[in-house]
Amino acid sequence: MTGAIKNTGTWASTRNACKLCAPLGASIVFKGIKGCVPMIHGSQGCATYIRRYMISHYKEPVDIASSNFSEETTIFGGRANFSTGVDNLVAQYQPEVIGIASACLSETIGEDIHGFIREYRAANRNKPLPEFVHASTPSYQGSHMDGFHHAVTATVSALARKGKTGGHINIFPGFISPEDIRHLKDILSDFGIPYVLFPDYSDTLDNPHWKEYQLIPEGGTSVGELKLTGSAKVSIELGYVFQQGRYKDSLKGNQKFQTAAEWLRQAYDIPFYKGGLPIGLKETDRFFKVLEDISGKPTPERHLRERGRLIDAYVDGHKYHFGKRAVVFGEEDLVIGIVSFLEEIGIETVLVASGGASGKLKAAIDTVTGGKRKHMLVMNEMDFEGINEITDELKPDIFIGNSKGYYISRRMGKPLVRVGFPIHDRFGGQRVQHIGYKGTQQLFDRITNALIEYKQEHSSVGYKYI
Amino acid sequence: MSSFLIERKRQIFRSGADQHEMLCSRPSVAGSVSQRACVFCGSRVVLYPIADALHLIHGPIGCAAYTWDIRGALSSGPEIHRLSFSTDLREKDIVFGGESKLYLSLVELIVRYQPKAAFVYSTCIVGVIGDDLEAVCKRVSKEKGLSVIPVQAPGFQGTKKDGYKVACEALATLVGTGDREVPEISINILGDFNIAGELWLLLDYYKRMGIYVNATITGDGRVDDVRSAHKASLNVVQCSGSMMYLAKIMKEEYGVPFMKVSYFGLEDMSDALYEVAKFFKSAALMSKAKEIVREEFGRLMPVLKEYREKLEGKKAAVYVGGSFKAISLIKALRLIGVQTVVVGSQTGTTEDYELIQNLCDEGTIIVDDSNPIELSAFVKETGADIFIGGVKERPIAYKLGLGFCDHNHERKEALAGYEGMINFAKEIYATAMSPVWQFTR
Ligand code: SF4
Ligand code: SF4
Repeated sequence: MTGAIKNTGTWASTRNACKLCAPLGASIVFKGIKGCVPMIHGSQGCATYIRRYMISHYKEPVDIASSNFSEETTIFGGRANFSTGVDNLVAQYQPEVIGIASACLSETIGEDIHGFIREYRAANRNKPLPEFVHASTPSYQGSHMDGFHHAVTATVSALARKGKTGGHINIFPGFISPEDIRHLKDILSDFGIPYVLFPDYSDTLDNPHWKEYQLIPEGGTSVGELKLTGSAKVSIELGYVFQQGRYKDSLKGNQKFQTAAEWLRQAYDIPFYKGGLPIGLKETDRFFKVLEDISGKPTPERHLRERGRLIDAYVDGHKYHFGKRAVVFGEEDLVIGIVSFLEEIGIETVLVASGGASGKLKAAIDTVTGGKRKHMLVMNEMDFEGINEITDELKPDIFIGNSKGYYISRRMGKPLVRVGFPIHDRFGGQRVQHIGYKGTQQLFDRITNALIEYKQEHSSVGYKYI
Repeated sequence: MSSFLIERKRQIFRSGADQHEMLCSRPSVAGSVSQRACVFCGSRVVLYPIADALHLIHGPIGCAAYTWDIRGALSSGPEIHRLSFSTDLREKDIVFGGESKLYLSLVELIVRYQPKAAFVYSTCIVGVIGDDLEAVCKRVSKEKGLSVIPVQAPGFQGTKKDGYKVACEALATLVGTGDREVPEISINILGDFNIAGELWLLLDYYKRMGIYVNATITGDGRVDDVRSAHKASLNVVQCSGSMMYLAKIMKEEYGVPFMKVSYFGLEDMSDALYEVAKFFKSAALMSKAKEIVREEFGRLMPVLKEYREKLEGKKAAVYVGGSFKAISLIKALRLIGVQTVVVGSQTGTTEDYELIQNLCDEGTIIVDDSNPIELSAFVKETGADIFIGGVKERPIAYKLGLGFCDHNHERKEALAGYEGMINFAKEIYATAMSPVWQFTR
């Protein structure tokens, strides 16, 4: 490959994207609904690609149907394909919910999917029908994270029902790993807080082995639970950015986009807490404080001890970290949490990059780090070639991000600690932990060991104690 | 378990029981979870291994992101093909047109990466918003002095197979533009993509025979080789699906004859060498071919025999991209004692399916463009032990408690050639005999 070129300049093209397309995000959310089969309204290829991409990360069967646009569909519209598609899905899967994400093509030709759903319901009045959820997810308006958040809001706004305020809370954790979701559920249970967590793909995308093939994998947030989101006493939403900024070259921007919690407050007057992903001590403390307030109980002993062990580890390992330089990349809300954590252990983030385009990344990073790092490059709308071209100058010691950045870390001869999505070149992407004291501990150990391993391998002495 | 879709009936066949002719090349049924991809995908996978060309995808980001370096198609030199370039269209471009963004992208990328040619793929929405891909390509071609080739591949215009044809048409525009001198005994290898370095194995065999390999299309491919491809005396075409069309064009336009071969399994691999020797009517080549085959057999047979003894009685389900490959696999599996009980492909042809019928035992299920529901039911019905397919089928196999061998384009093990047969046997053996199944069945 051509040698490093200093100037990244502005590029018209995207070179090795550090983001994915919107229906992928929506499909992950729909996999978090119990009994749901996602259907992408558009051509065949999109669904197949998205399935393959998810399968390589989660190592689970991922069934996503497509309405399979053909040439005629593109000219005359997708109404017929939509209803045949739904017919066929119902016949084969008997889903409780069909989650529809519109691909670029169907959005471009201006399909009225809400209209199609209405018509379908009317035409099949006598049959038991699944619930329909529709997220409008053209990728020219946003990345997979926009698709993700749109699908969360679309699902909640379609299914939430008003009711007498219950003792339960809603929690919308954003795009985290199945293992993270399981940990989050443990935390809430330990606090004794009844909750509806959405989307819950902790089982559907990380199932145990089956004795019988399951057409629709077990698990997920049920329709019944989703109805209850409308009567929760409070919502918690994790994330600062939520893709609410302006996506470059979009005509309307996403500023008006409401997150699920915002929608619930507007529609049903449910208050909400908003905070970052609980990665690192400070952000996790903030999260636990919210849980303490809500439950009126102190943090359970088990988690206090995890917190104590984490601080203990920070101390034990601090010399390996101080002054090390990191390049961090991935989804905006994830990298914000990671950078916040790295600050706590003395690792300097020299570049934080995301393919997300909210334009809000810089401000959010400044908030969590107190704006201390004057030289930290914070870049929205970045792609991997962009990162590749400036890393030489930045002299990083470590890369933290998804596995698509591997080629850069390989070229630089520096370790990559794999977090987030996708992790296509390692096992256990679905079980990587990021959040809470426990998840931070895992991250901490992995980062520390990557640094130690590098040192050990590059030392002329074969140290057995490090 | 729910029923199969009625519309799919004529794409499923039970050997010895059903009478109808296989209905293939049909678009997938709406609402099914097809294992198939789109036209764009077909063209992209075929052209992708051309390593010194720029591959720019004109469309929204997904189509490019999901095809970034997905295949293990290796290059011995430049690696521009392993980068993913997209115009990453935005709402503004959808409404006002994406031509200027395409133009700027092409120019900047050509300057930055210095490719030998550029392929520009159109995707679904480009087919709808009406960008004049052709005009932009022409303009850049003129300004930058290199071939900029439009690949008109909106996904909705058909299946992956249609994409192969589009790719062949794009290649055909390059063929004939070079004038390299080539010896009489020379071939082009068409339709091998150098997955895990397979092409290099084949090159070695042909070289040992004394044959000059002119162009490899597209594995470890180079633009200049394609330009002079018409200079070879013969096109040796593997996997009838993807490259036949180019072979036909080259026959019509340049009088280069072609032959179909397969490199999977010992029998087919050896035939590939014999047939080429026969074509050149050369006793010397034939005796060289025989020598190679003898040597390789001598080396392989004892090893394969050991595998056969251990694998005898195992049953396999095969679901791969092209039906031609399925045929080779059935034979290769037989060689190591494994019986094929389900055969399917995404893009089979009626003739291939007939061949498969003749090759298979009665009761074998033959299927075109299947989906997870069907596949899981077939596997159960037939009691298969091993599944051979692509990444999308792997988790299905594993969840069903079946061994799995990746025989698609993302594999990292060479499975073609003699060496490949050993790798194949090894992999089948490893997956069939692993102790993990005791916990799942
Ligand atoms: S179907 Fe169309 S939009 Fe989808 S991946 Fe293929 S070309 Fe891209
Ligand atoms: S057309 Fe849109 S939805 Fe389909 S793969 Fe491309 S970016 Fe994704």
